[in-house]
Amino acid sequence: MDRNKHPIINTAYQLVPATGSLLRTLGTVFMHSFRKRETVSYPEESVYLPPRYRGRIILTRDPDGEERCVACNLCAVACPVDCISLQKAEQDDGRWYPEFFRINFSRCIFCGMCEEACPTSAIQLTPDFEMGEYDRQQLVYEKEDLLIDGPGKDHDYHFYKVAGMAIGGKDKGQAKDEEAPEDVRTLLP
Amino acid sequence: MAIIHVDGQAYEVNGADNLLQACLSLGLDIPYFCWHPAMGSVGACRQCAVRQYKDADDDQGMLVMSCMTPAKDQTRIDIEDEEARTFRASVVEWLMINHPHDCPVCEEGGHCHLQDMTVMTGHDRRRYRFSKRTRRNQNLGPFIGHEMNRCITCYRCVRFYNDYAGGTDLGAFGSKDNVYFGRYEEGTLESPFAGNLTEVCPTGVFTDKSHAAHYTRKWDLQFAPSICHQCAMGCNISPGERGGSLRRIENRYHGDVNGYFLCDRGRFGYGYVNRSDRPKVPEWRAQLDQTPTHLEVDAALDHITDALRHARRVIGIGSPRASLESNHQLRELVGDKHFSTGIEAQEQACLERMNHLQRTAGLPTPTPREIERHDAILILGEDPVQSAGRLGLNLRQAALARRETMGEKLDVPTWDAEALKTLGQDSYHPLHIAWPTTTELDSVAIRHSLAPEEIARLGFAVAHIIDPSAPAVDRLDTATRETAQQIADDLMAAERPLVVSGGTLTSEAILEAAGNIAKALSMHAKQAGLVLIRREANSTGLALMGGQPLDWALDELAQGNADALVVLENDLYQRLPAKQVDAALARADIRIVLDHQRTPTTDKASILLPAASFAETSGTLVNLEGRAQRFFQVFEPAYLRPEARLHASWHWLHSLAVSLRGEPPKAIHLDQATQACAEAYSSLAGMAQAAPGADHRIAGLPLAREPHRYSGRTAMRAHLNVNEPRPPQDPDTPFAHSMEGYSGFDRPRQQVPFAWAPGWNSPQAWNKFTDEVGGHLRGGDPGVRLIQPAPGHQGHYHQPVQSAEGTNALRALILPRLFGGEETSSLAAPIQQRTEQPSVILSADDAQRLALKTGDRVNIGEGTTLPVYVQPDWPTGWAGLPAGLVAGVLQGATLTLSAGDKP
Amino acid sequence: MSWWTPQLTAIFWGMFQALVILLGVVLLGAVLTVVERRFLGLWQDRYGPNRVGPFGTLQLVADMLKIFFKEDWIPPFASRGLFLLAPVLAFASLLLSFLIIPITPGWGVADMHIGLLFFFALAGINVYSVLLGGWSSGNKYALLGALRASAQTLSYEVFMGLSLMGVVAMAGSFNMREIVAAQENLWFIIPQFFGFVTFLVAGVAVTHRAPFDQPEAEQELADGYHIEYSGMKFGMFFIGEYVGMVLVSALIVTLFFGGWHGPLLPPFVWFALKTSGFLLLFMLLRAALPRPRYDRVMSFGWKVCLPLTLINLLATGAVMLWVGA
Repeated sequence: MDRNKHPIINTAYQLVPATGSLLRTLGTVFMHSFRKRETVSYPEESVYLPPRYRGRIILTRDPDGEERCVACNLCAVACPVDCISLQKAEQDDGRWYPEFFRINFSRCIFCGMCEEACPTSAIQLTPDFEMGEYDRQQLVYEKEDLLIDGPGKDHDYHFYKVAGMAIGGKDKGQAKDEEAPEDVRTLLP
Repeated sequence: MAIIHVDGQAYEVNGADNLLQACLSLGLDIPYFCWHPAMGSVGACRQCAVRQYKDADDDQGMLVMSCMTPAKDQTRIDIEDEEARTFRASVVEWLMINHPHDCPVCEEGGHCHLQDMTVMTGHDRRRYRFSKRTRRNQNLGPFIGHEMNRCITCYRCVRFYNDYAGGTDLGAFGSKDNVYFGRYEEGTLESPFAGNLTEVCPTGVFTDKSHAAHYTRKWDLQFAPSICHQCAMGCNISPGERGGSLRRIENRYHGDVNGYFLCDRGRFGYGYVNRSDRPKVPEWRAQLDQTPTHLEVDAALDHITDALRHARRVIGIGSPRASLESNHQLRELVGDKHFSTGIEAQEQACLERMNHLQRTAGLPTPTPREIERHDAILILGEDPVQSAGRLGLNLRQAALARRETMGEKLDVPTWDAEALKTLGQDSYHPLHIAWPTTTELDSVAIRHSLAPEEIARLGFAVAHIIDPSAPAVDRLDTATRETAQQIADDLMAAERPLVVSGGTLTSEAILEAAGNIAKALSMHAKQAGLVLIRREANSTGLALMGGQPLDWALDELAQGNADALVVLENDLYQRLPAKQVDAALARADIRIVLDHQRTPTTDKASILLPAASFAETSGTLVNLEGRAQRFFQVFEPAYLRPEARLHASWHWLHSLAVSLRGEPPKAIHLDQATQACAEAYSSLAGMAQAAPGADHRIAGLPLAREPHRYSGRTAMRAHLNVNEPRPPQDPDTPFAHSMEGYSGFDRPRQQVPFAWAPGWNSPQAWNKFTDEVGGHLRGGDPGVRLIQPAPGHQGHYHQPVQSAEGTNALRALILPRLFGGEETSSLAAPIQQRTEQPSVILSADDAQRLALKTGDRVNIGEGTTLPVYVQPDWPTGWAGLPAGLVAGVLQGATLTLSAGDKP
Repeated sequence: MSWWTPQLTAIFWGMFQALVILLGVVLLGAVLTVVERRFLGLWQDRYGPNRVGPFGTLQLVADMLKIFFKEDWIPPFASRGLFLLAPVLAFASLLLSFLIIPITPGWGVADMHIGLLFFFALAGINVYSVLLGGWSSGNKYALLGALRASAQTLSYEVFMGLSLMGVVAMAGSFNMREIVAAQENLWFIIPQFFGFVTFLVAGVAVTHRAPFDQPEAEQELADGYHIEYSGMKFGMFFIGEYVGMVLVSALIVTLFFGGWHGPLLPPFVWFALKTSGFLLLFMLLRAALPRPRYDRVMSFGWKVCLPLTLINLLATGAVMLWVGA
């Protein structure tokens, strides 16, 4: 018998397994009464956040303790809500650093795009979300509020050790995989 | 016209182009490095490879460099060919092998041609695992930063610097992969066009040092189409602002005026806009020795209204560095009979003479681009590089164009730069310069070192030789006669001779001589041209507007015929001797000064109104061609500096006029100010059409001032207040102070704040806005000509001046200076650093008479001592003084030199 | 005290009972709003509201305070009179149905011989509240919600009535007490299983509870017919829904599960336990089942449930005739 030609019979055929499925669903959901609850009773219980959780943004320092941020502006341009603003300045030895570095956390959506864009591992998101304020103005963080003393998640990276620019303590040719500067006054092969 | 087949599609292109040019003009993207629209091809970088087929039956073809292949009719090429793509990707990969890991700390990043091309070819992973080559940098002076590690050896820098701009101190050193571009020793780059290296260099080897101190990526800058205010050339610029200060000036392509290049004064002279000592709020003081009190806008207007109501007569002094709109509003405020242009009398006479000659001498004024096609040039009493910057580069190209004329005979295409250079060697189109001292153009010119009167006499003599009906010059010495004959021969032998003169020496005689030559040439129905150089950004416009000279205004005040004075953006002490100015100001009870800088004149103001600089307001200027061009407000100062009370001068003056009439306050918009000015003077009637009005929209959108990637909008102002205000609204122009608006390239438009096209972040993006690369903007080049030659030869020949009888007195000959010779740009730090050590030039005779030798210091009055430089061919009786150094010394003023302190 | 007659005693006793039942039902409806959230939390492995008071017990107080003091806004574009009337109808019609529910042998407001028909009548009136509320709001979502609600309720009420006819036939009366009495030996769930199933489905549908909450469908209609309601007017719709839930549960217990009958425990406890069980089922349905498409709801009602009740009725009649014969 072709069931499709007899919709009533077709419906009746489907009804039995469908009812069974409904009942099984009810049963399964009911059995959840005896499961452990997933809710963490914050703030009485502290929350476990994985190290790569995207929370409060920090600026880190390289292994030598120097500011990692070179004020390249890539985090600012990657930011979808445009909440990062900074200004490049230069130290006497040629090292770039941000004159100011401001994040407006009242706009930040903690998407982590800045961290992904950062070529020097300077800007990192941390597992900390407890940043509530009663005054919105307090959510505007300046460099003093952002800069920490350690290297954060990335322990070894040192941008200037792989960049070509000469800075104090690292001359041309002293970076990783670099030859000594060429002598332009010779034509010898 | 030729038909070429690209990827199976037929296109019509200009057959005189090469394939790269042709394809880029069609909007097809081929990556390139060494080719530049203004400098032709050399085929050095191998980046623009495409596959070319012999004919329709050829299915193999071969890889060719598109920049070195002519776009002949029926050329068949594939850009998207697999092998060509792989080849291009490999080229970028090998160029990138030694390129440092620098982009985050590179000032080119974000508008880097190398980045664009790397992305375009798809090279995104470095496979090279070995060590990189490094190179040392040089300190190239206050303008240019140098980072040789980044070089990809495309040779563009030396081709521009040496071949195009005539510099001699930048070169390529070394061999094979050890090539170094720099000076033979560290030091300031000497060429006044060195700044263009920052745009010519496809990567970050040469960067803008003035920008480095407050560096901002291109995508973060707010731009508006602007006009350079640093000379009368009217170059189009894109000033970029961030955080309430101007960060850098980028060239804005204009097919007729500046093309791809600017001079260094225009590019690096913007610093005065950012000076912290600028007046920012209205200031008032009852007595000169008082410290000024700061006023609110309304209070200041009330103060001035009260004061002016009680004044007997108010004199208004305009300014050739202010916009036409501002000058007109001042004239409206004080009335026609009380308006002075603020220009010294002799200079104004010259300006009027120049406007007159441009109409009646019978020769059209070529655009700077057209100047490059003239094949014989006489420059009479001008040093164009010093007095009009960018124009010198045009004149140089005209002299160099001899190569192309020679190449035409041998069928060498105009874009084949290296072949033409070899062919041309040292032969140039004749370029005669009558000027007493060395000029930047000397390497391609024949210079005749003459005193101002002699220059005029030479000019009259040339006119007489070309057309004997022109009056002859008496008592001409043989040498001058021979020179005149040589010049006349060169001009007559040429198809398109050009006469260049100007007001630098403020000599009407020289201008009359230039007029005589022009008239004589026009008698011969030559396709000749006449170019007249003015000194300041709006000199031409103010002369068209008319008004009494500054001397008149000061006399009226000194004689007590007026007791109130309104000075518009003008430092009177720059123009006339301090004594004269002091005497006049002392008699004026009310001294209202509007300016955007602190000058000796603002120090004497009883009320100082802070005017907006060119970056903070809009207006219209007329350049030396007579082209009216609009500059637009780049940023609103009050947005990031809420305490600032900067307003356009035309705004201030209109508010004053309204308040003086006792009417309720009423705002005026730019379009109304422009329209009022255009209606008031028939000679300026066309200025309203110089740019689209505030209601101009593209696809219903205003035009965006900010690139679409503009970052930090919700943070840049958050330290002031976390609640963001609405972005400033602009009722004056069609531009929005935000990224919302049209910023594309596909709809033709005239006013382009910044050039960007998908995949093209560098200045090379301009190629997307032009009808053909190096051509004109598809929306038309901005500006309208206000001065047109009158039909028919209405003018008459002027009588030559007779040689001045030898006076024993030493007269001042003010020599224009690109760096330091202009009032506002010399307030910018990089320009101050670049300004050369000034000296007094004396002839050997005078030096002997005064017992001076090169290196001695002399006192030239007002406590200024300068070293002496003795130039053998310098005209006797004259002392060459650099412009802008001793304020108030007029051209031809008698000088007494006294020996100064020994160095 | 001659005026104190037994009739008077009966009247006061009746009024007292009515008052207690009224308050009980309304409070139960209110408490259910919180209880349901706790149960949903339980089944979704979370807590639900547990912050106000010990174990969240004062949540109800907080909610009530909030809803009492919320701005009671009437949209200017609404049809004012009907807009005010709708929530009153919604609340009152369902509450009045409790008249006929016999809770224990001694408790119950009215003992009417038309009992069940009274319930059907009020269920019919309840449709008006939704229709009027949706229409008078002057909002397209509300109107769409109201259209859905009336079409759905009308469709399901057809077989809701029919599904109970078997019970009526077996008990031989519309009177609820008699129906309960008829189940002393055998609950009607056994002979009238299909009647029970269809009545359960219809009951869920008539109260617009998930999975038959198409009229409210948050995702598509943004709350449907009561979108423009706020404050206590919304509260009446809201509590009305829970009162409906209690009513349907009580009816099921009375009609199919023998009402207060049960061993050992007192009758009220049995009645309360059974009713609670069905309330739990209502919540479980909401926790577990997704909302079907609207056309599926309609076709299920007409094509599955209606034939099923008719067959059930026919079969019941046939069996009764056969047995009776």
